[in-house]
Amino acid sequence: MKLCPDHPCVAASSLAKIAISLLGITLAGCDSSSNKTLLNVSYDPTRELWQDLNREFTNTHGEANKTESGEPEVVTVETTHGGSASQARSVIEGLPADVVTLAIEPDTEAIRKKGLIDAGWKERLPNHSLPYVSTIVFVVRKGNPKQIKDWDDLIQGDVQIITPNPTTSGNGKLSFLAAWGYIIKKGGSEEDAKQFVSKLYNSKPTPILDTGARASTTTFAQKKIGDVHLTWENEAFLEVADSKGELEIVYPSNSILAEPYVAVVDANAKKRGTEKLAEEYLTFLYTDNAQRIIGKHHYRPTNPEIAEEFANTFTPIQLYPITDIVKDWDEANTKFFADGGIFTQIYENK
Amino acid sequence: MTRRVLPGFGLSLSFTLTYLTLLVFLPLLACVAQVVSLTWSEFWSAAWTVRAQSAYALTFGASLIAAMIDVVLGLLIAWVLVRYEFPFKRFFDSLIDLPFALPTSVAGLVYSSLYVQSGWLGQFLVPLGIEAVYTRLAIVLMLVFIGLPFVVRTIQPVLESLEGETEEAAALLGATRLQTFLRVIFPALLPAIITGFALAFARAIGEYGSVVFVSGNIPMQTEIAPVLIVARLEEGQYAEATSVATILLVGSFSMLVFINLLERWSKRHYA
Repeated sequence: MKLCPDHPCVAASSLAKIAISLLGITLAGCDSSSNKTLLNVSYDPTRELWQDLNREFTNTHGEANKTESGEPEVVTVETTHGGSASQARSVIEGLPADVVTLAIEPDTEAIRKKGLIDAGWKERLPNHSLPYVSTIVFVVRKGNPKQIKDWDDLIQGDVQIITPNPTTSGNGKLSFLAAWGYIIKKGGSEEDAKQFVSKLYNSKPTPILDTGARASTTTFAQKKIGDVHLTWENEAFLEVADSKGELEIVYPSNSILAEPYVAVVDANAKKRGTEKLAEEYLTFLYTDNAQRIIGKHHYRPTNPEIAEEFANTFTPIQLYPITDIVKDWDEANTKFFADGGIFTQIYENK
Repeated sequence: MTRRVLPGFGLSLSFTLTYLTLLVFLPLLACVAQVVSLTWSEFWSAAWTVRAQSAYALTFGASLIAAMIDVVLGLLIAWVLVRYEFPFKRFFDSLIDLPFALPTSVAGLVYSSLYVQSGWLGQFLVPLGIEAVYTRLAIVLMLVFIGLPFVVRTIQPVLESLEGETEEAAALLGATRLQTFLRVIFPALLPAIITGFALAFARAIGEYGSVVFVSGNIPMQTEIAPVLIVARLEEGQYAEATSVATILLVGSFSMLVFINLLERWSKRHYA
């Protein structure tokens, strides 16, 4: 495995990264003009997906590019995973990522705001830089003993909810927004929506709000706590496949459209001489082969023809973008999740 | 300047100062630097919300209770390990250090899977109404586990160095067993007990990795202050995150100063 020498911090704990940045030490970029290594900084549950995509990309690139002696040119793609926001923080603090493939838009935007990604990044790739989309669905125990079919059922009786804490997790934020959006989409007022999420997050037995997506999966699937798990669609498929028939997916009538954008980190790519390769890597995600790999891992491909091939996998569900319920992510963050936001209020004003 | 008897003063002092500056003082300074970028009102509105206040109360309260339990358990364990001989004593002795070595998130995961309803212990406890996971009780129990070795390891050497003769002398002078313990042994152990308490307490204040796995992280109920720090960091609000950290730092620092004074007093009082 070939590693660019400036990647040691990949393994460093995020605490060390904070310490480094606090001390004002910036990590210098790798300085070769035709670098053939890429670092892709991604979010938590995408390990299996990028493993497959990276292998396919290496092969495709090798076939199309031969060295002088006719050998396939070797490119190496390293991918790191973690909570989406802390991954974004690492990049801001100097982790030399060439591309970022993060869970929610504000994480990519935070990097742009630091000047590391050029303005207008969304329009540089097809479909607003979204090679795939996803959503939040329910996972329940075998036979659905609590008869959970839609969002309303979550606040009936003694249903215990497992989902990550919205203030520390992208999955957590999307679950909250999907619950809020369900009421708004039904024609309810903001006050109705607030009452609904208040009931949902104050229900008895008390919900368990782990700090990250995978921790919630562990609580629900391994420790067998709770009646319903609100999670990423792709994570739900994995969870159910691992459960040997103990768990089932339930699709509510509607849910939020999750948009995990991809982007080249221009400042880093320029410094490392990987601009062309990074661009090629992200464009590759829209090829039929890559789109099929994406579908195989239970993410929804954005190429309509390939999506059609997976029509049997994905139950139709009405998906709405976040802009249907708030202006943008910035507004969502201040309104719902920041200090004193609605998520805090539903506990404080109880 | 008079010549010192012990050589190497300059070298060792400069090493000590460099070490303390680089690894302790500078990071603390950087922490303060983050906070001073805020105005007073920004600081208070970040660090003193209703949600934050209940998180501090939980963090300090749970740490205090846990440290007290640690003192009682730790004293007992240290006593048994020093005073009695039994099979596998060395094995049990090294078990004490395990919480030092175990990654705390692993401890949290293992703990919670023991106490959940389907777990080994939970299947008996939950029907009795003892919910020892995802509650405040869980946080206290986890912190007891994390802090225990600090108490045992500070009391143990002091107890070992206590001469048996002093107890014999006390007995010969007509002291009862209880009097011997209260008037002879306990005063000698008190400084070590206080130190152990302080260490366990300070360790508990900052604990994050294990607690997030055993508490439900519900605001106002089971959310500890370090979770708030992580939440603010996720939003990229470093200064606000550091404000919360500063309250924790000031809280635990003043607690440690108080405990140090208490320890000095106890040394003077019983010397």
